[in-house]
Amino acid sequence: MVAPLRTSAPGNQDPVPVRAQHRLRLWDRWDRRVSPYLFIAPFFVLYAIFGLYPLGFTAWVSLHEWGIAGQAGFVGADNYVRLFGDPDFWNAVVNTVGMFIMSTVPQLLIALILASLLNQKLRGVTLFRLGVLAPIVTSVAAVGIMFSQIFDRDAGLANGLLGLVGVSPIDWRADRLPSWFAISTMVDWRWTGYNALIYLAAMQAVPAVLYEAAVVDGASKVRQFFSITVPMIRPTLIFTVIVSTIGGLQLFTEPLIFGSGDYAILGGSLRQFQTVSMYMFENAFRNFDYGYGSAVALMIFLMIVVVAAVNYLISRRMR
Amino acid sequence: MRVRKLLAGSLAGVLLAAVTACGGGESGGSDGTTLVVKTFGQFGYDELYKQYESSHPGIKIKEENIAKLGDYSPKLQQWLAAGSGAGDVVAIEEGVLVQFMGQPDKFVNLLDHGAGELKGNFLDWKWQQALTRDGSKLVGLGTDVGAQGMCYRTDLFEKAGLPTDRDEVGKLWPTWDAYLATGQKFVAANKDAGFFDSAGNIYTNILMQQGDHTYYDTDNKLVIDSNPGVKTAWDQATQMIAAGLSADIAAYSPQWNAGFKNGKFATIPCPSWMLATIEKQAGPENAGKWDVAKVPGTGAVRGGSFLAVPTQSKHQAEAAELAKFLTSPEGQTAAFTSKNNFPSSPQAIDDTAVQSATNKYFNDAPVGKIFGDSVKALKPVYLGPNNLAIGDRVTAALTAVEQDKLSADAAWAKALEDAKRAG
Repeated sequence: MVAPLRTSAPGNQDPVPVRAQHRLRLWDRWDRRVSPYLFIAPFFVLYAIFGLYPLGFTAWVSLHEWGIAGQAGFVGADNYVRLFGDPDFWNAVVNTVGMFIMSTVPQLLIALILASLLNQKLRGVTLFRLGVLAPIVTSVAAVGIMFSQIFDRDAGLANGLLGLVGVSPIDWRADRLPSWFAISTMVDWRWTGYNALIYLAAMQAVPAVLYEAAVVDGASKVRQFFSITVPMIRPTLIFTVIVSTIGGLQLFTEPLIFGSGDYAILGGSLRQFQTVSMYMFENAFRNFDYGYGSAVALMIFLMIVVVAAVNYLISRRMR
Repeated sequence: MRVRKLLAGSLAGVLLAAVTACGGGESGGSDGTTLVVKTFGQFGYDELYKQYESSHPGIKIKEENIAKLGDYSPKLQQWLAAGSGAGDVVAIEEGVLVQFMGQPDKFVNLLDHGAGELKGNFLDWKWQQALTRDGSKLVGLGTDVGAQGMCYRTDLFEKAGLPTDRDEVGKLWPTWDAYLATGQKFVAANKDAGFFDSAGNIYTNILMQQGDHTYYDTDNKLVIDSNPGVKTAWDQATQMIAAGLSADIAAYSPQWNAGFKNGKFATIPCPSWMLATIEKQAGPENAGKWDVAKVPGTGAVRGGSFLAVPTQSKHQAEAAELAKFLTSPEGQTAAFTSKNNFPSSPQAIDDTAVQSATNKYFNDAPVGKIFGDSVKALKPVYLGPNNLAIGDRVTAALTAVEQDKLSADAAWAKALEDAKRAG
């Protein structure tokens, strides 16, 4: 299109090239306006196919009776009505939120402390920085199996250590709080280092002059940490809180492997540690009640949105 | 601008290529038909495929296997719902088949392909399981049945002063009450091991011997609280827990796998296919320590599968022929010799290859005879639609009793309430 225009343009003052020039300018303007969208389009197109469409379809399925042999009729909000009266669902919500708090709070605090230690001038600091990353490159399954051995009732390391100080062995899978504790340990072991590295990156962007000024003013290391480091990396703190929220509310693999065995998806004999994701999976893929499973899935989505929003508001206030 | 257009053009090209790539495939070989067989676990058909291919020129068979049943069943559902991907012959497990029987239109009626005359090749109840209520449509042909035995550790029995010979051991427990009494003797003499792994297994076995239905009656009405058989099985299982027989080790957990090796439990009800699991977990150093005897009570079955032809298959007639061949008495005998899948065909059960089969790892136990006797004593049990979900809940309640979290009565009340919500 471009080449022929250019060959006809010189020496010819006809209205035709004027129109052509006009067209060219139009194309140019259109190009400038639309092209950026075209360039970012691949992500959004893929997101629509693999993100939005499944979301919409899940919502659609949740309004139906949908068994292993396919759709069996529109039931409106029935699945949701059943969900709100389902004690097993609420039990799963309590478990999920409980384990989320039990794992995330210490996880982020330890990560923060770890990061500020790694931010000091240490011998072999690179080695330490790499070291905190090691748990992330281990597969979840390996972590799960290792920890389910540590927290074994009969021959576990944890009970062995407790025995040394005279505490009688704990049946980690039978009681609610011990099982939450074991699973939270698993989560923290895996993710603390990751968060520490993110904090470390943020801390290194804090201008050194601030610390120098603080030292001149006679501020202690602790005071520097709370008055300079924490406020300066606040956006990063908010980011990690939100990411941990999303991860924590979708907790699935760790409790599943911790439970182990034929009925692991129930998360304990009395569902002591069944998370909402596990309850969703149990309904959709063990009982083949896809409609109800989809309703649970949508509730997880809503829960994450709500908790993330609350998190955001709270962390914004913390000035 | 030229660069941009080039980019846009190639982008469109890539997308187009991707779309056409998705649409392609599915075509058979250039000279003949390829039949795709979808299976889970181990069906032991490799030799049979070769045999069939050589006797049917122009037919190629491709098996696509998914190891775990739990992963396979949802996939199967997706293929059927999507209308493609299920291939030509699919394996369906008994518990899942019950759910498909409500809407049999996803599968070819095998009676239209001359399967009617094969009725005598199958145990009657196995045949009935895949037949619609009005008898007009046959969804699948039976493959194996989960014939049941009782596996036990000879060394632990010896230590507890119990007989170790499998016939004498079988005589110890004509009934489950006698099994309980034997267990009490065992745990009195042996403090380090449980008599069985966990009560769920025992409960399911007793339950399957209690008449022709369990949680549902044949009209699909939930009868868990009125069927005396369920309560009988529950009571016997909780009595055994109270007597301290359970090692409280969840089936298929790492601790359970290790338990076969380090002798954490002395007995376990074992379907024929579980022998391979025990051999693998206990390892060669324990060869001969495990043996297999008859199961208490009369007959018991757990699991077993079918082959069906989905209506989405493009080669329905050929696929039906293949399914008929694989489930024939000869086919079932071959699957047994290959992978211990116990036949559902009376002719195959009586076949000398099955009857005389022994298992070296289990002290040369005559497994063909032991399991064959258990299968013939079987009465069909009707399972009903949400039987799996209810079974999960009842077993979980039993575990809570084992963990001392609930009394037997409180756990029973909870199991009933959970079952009603699930059913």
